[in-house]
Amino acid sequence: MHNLSIKQLAEGLRGKKFSAREVTEHFLARIERFNERLNCFITVTRDAALAAADAADKRLRAGEVTALTGIPIAHKDIFCTDGIKTSCGSKMLDNFIAPYDATLVACFKRAGAVVLGKTNMDEFAMGSSNETSYYGAVRNPWDIERVPGGSSGGSAAAVAAKLVAGATGTDTGGSIRQPAALCGITGLKPTYGLVSRYGMIAFASSLDQAGPMARSAEDCALLLQSMAGFDPRDSTSIAREVPNYAAELSRSLEGLRIGMPKEYFGEGLDQGVADVIEQALAVYRSLGCKVSEISMPNSGLAVPVYYVVAPAECSSNLARYDGVRYGYRCDNPKNLTDLYERSRGEGFGAEVKRRIMIGTYVLSAGYYDAYYLKAQQVRRLISDDFRRAFEQVDVIMGPTSPSVAFKLGEKTSDPVQMYLSDIYTTAVNLAGLPGICIPAGFHQDLPVGLQIITNYFDESRLLNVAHKFQQEARWHLRAPSVIE
Amino acid sequence: MLLSSEDIKRIAHLARLKIEEKDIPGYARNLSEILALVEQMNNVNTEGVQPMAHPQDVSQRLRADEVTEVDQRAHFQRNAPRTEAGLYMVPKVIE
Repeated sequence: MHNLSIKQLAEGLRGKKFSAREVTEHFLARIERFNERLNCFITVTRDAALAAADAADKRLRAGEVTALTGIPIAHKDIFCTDGIKTSCGSKMLDNFIAPYDATLVACFKRAGAVVLGKTNMDEFAMGSSNETSYYGAVRNPWDIERVPGGSSGGSAAAVAAKLVAGATGTDTGGSIRQPAALCGITGLKPTYGLVSRYGMIAFASSLDQAGPMARSAEDCALLLQSMAGFDPRDSTSIAREVPNYAAELSRSLEGLRIGMPKEYFGEGLDQGVADVIEQALAVYRSLGCKVSEISMPNSGLAVPVYYVVAPAECSSNLARYDGVRYGYRCDNPKNLTDLYERSRGEGFGAEVKRRIMIGTYVLSAGYYDAYYLKAQQVRRLISDDFRRAFEQVDVIMGPTSPSVAFKLGEKTSDPVQMYLSDIYTTAVNLAGLPGICIPAGFHQDLPVGLQIITNYFDESRLLNVAHKFQQEARWHLRAPSVIE
Repeated sequence: MLLSSEDIKRIAHLARLKIEEKDIPGYARNLSEILALVEQMNNVNTEGVQPMAHPQDVSQRLRADEVTEVDQRAHFQRNAPRTEAGLYMVPKVIE
């Protein structure tokens, strides 16, 4: 049953081949069996899931089916879930029971999905390996000595290990796409403004965007359909009609112009990864696409700019954790300053503290122009590179990550090395564009992800281009052996 | 930019973060390395480039000035570490 796609599960439920209760119990049993080894979940919501499954069965019997009735999913623990612990991977929120549902969580409830739990993640989504989580690292199902990527590492590993049919993630600098690459699944980061950020714990508000993670583009299309759309509660939500993402999936790619930025194939890229990407591009050529080399000269500056913009926004957003209104509070504070400083010092982990300090520094008097303003200017140049590229080509393709999954502990002592895991993903967030990562093959028996980028609000095309590849190459059907 | 231990203490205080004395040299080293990475952006000429604060070129939406939220104080205060009579409690501020 766990080998079925979301689409197949939905068909089976409607055709009464199995009940939502049976599906839920099957996946909960898998979580019970494998989670100890993989550490994908922070919270498993067994009772709520079974109740939701029974409600789904009732609707199925009454013929009141909605898009995802009875489909087992998980939410990244960054989304507020009413009455359920929402930790954001941090000691700071270890005791936080969300008092309301994020818009995205409410959307999935309305669509009928059954939520099995909340997935592990890097603390406050700051990390590329899931090792900064207060709840311990997630392990990669392809090799449990390796990282799953991050920050949505729990969601990626849970989908790869078939503990859920799909999951939600968030992507501020690559946090959906990079773990999707390292775990061999499909993950989509939508255009900034397509999916509501209301109730999604903020990290860097001009970059954060929620998106679907599943085993195929077709399944991502189904999940995205339930997530996308205008929300008056998010001031950056864009009001525009949401297309039917499934409708365009099988469109021919004949004549599609693919741009390969030469800067994405330079220094720092593992040769084995480069070879897999070349082979993926050959598949697209065989589908009638025209592949050409393009140049995006400011690509190399995306990580430097990102590490000004994201920490600056993070230092402002995380100022709300003060030990007064919710979250962790230190014991016996001497005075108000001591309450703030110790609650924050004890409640946040090292990487979060590093980023808050970097952000505080670049925004402080005397440094604002040299760092923050400069970064905003270079951000414009990076965005302009994309604008010019999309005058020549329809989609941009390249590697998602410069290497396959690395070993646990390999990069934890060197933050800069860790940050360079995101050299191909951060530019997309800075520009606000949509991007998807799909499994493109293997290097040293570990999955390699292909990143596809399109113009603003062109998710239909993105999913179409991904789906056509998956109909042809079928790498996405491979599964890790640890979970059998 | 190489940050000293004094810089770290100043930044940590601005950010209201208690950093243990023994951890300060580690933060000074890591943060200096991160700033060295960031400073690569100084190699590009940005004269006359309009700063980009946000991915969308749209203006902030306005809404009617109407009350849309109900009072949920008691509900929200369930997550508070200490409350009394509907108030959030902190150490004494005025002697």
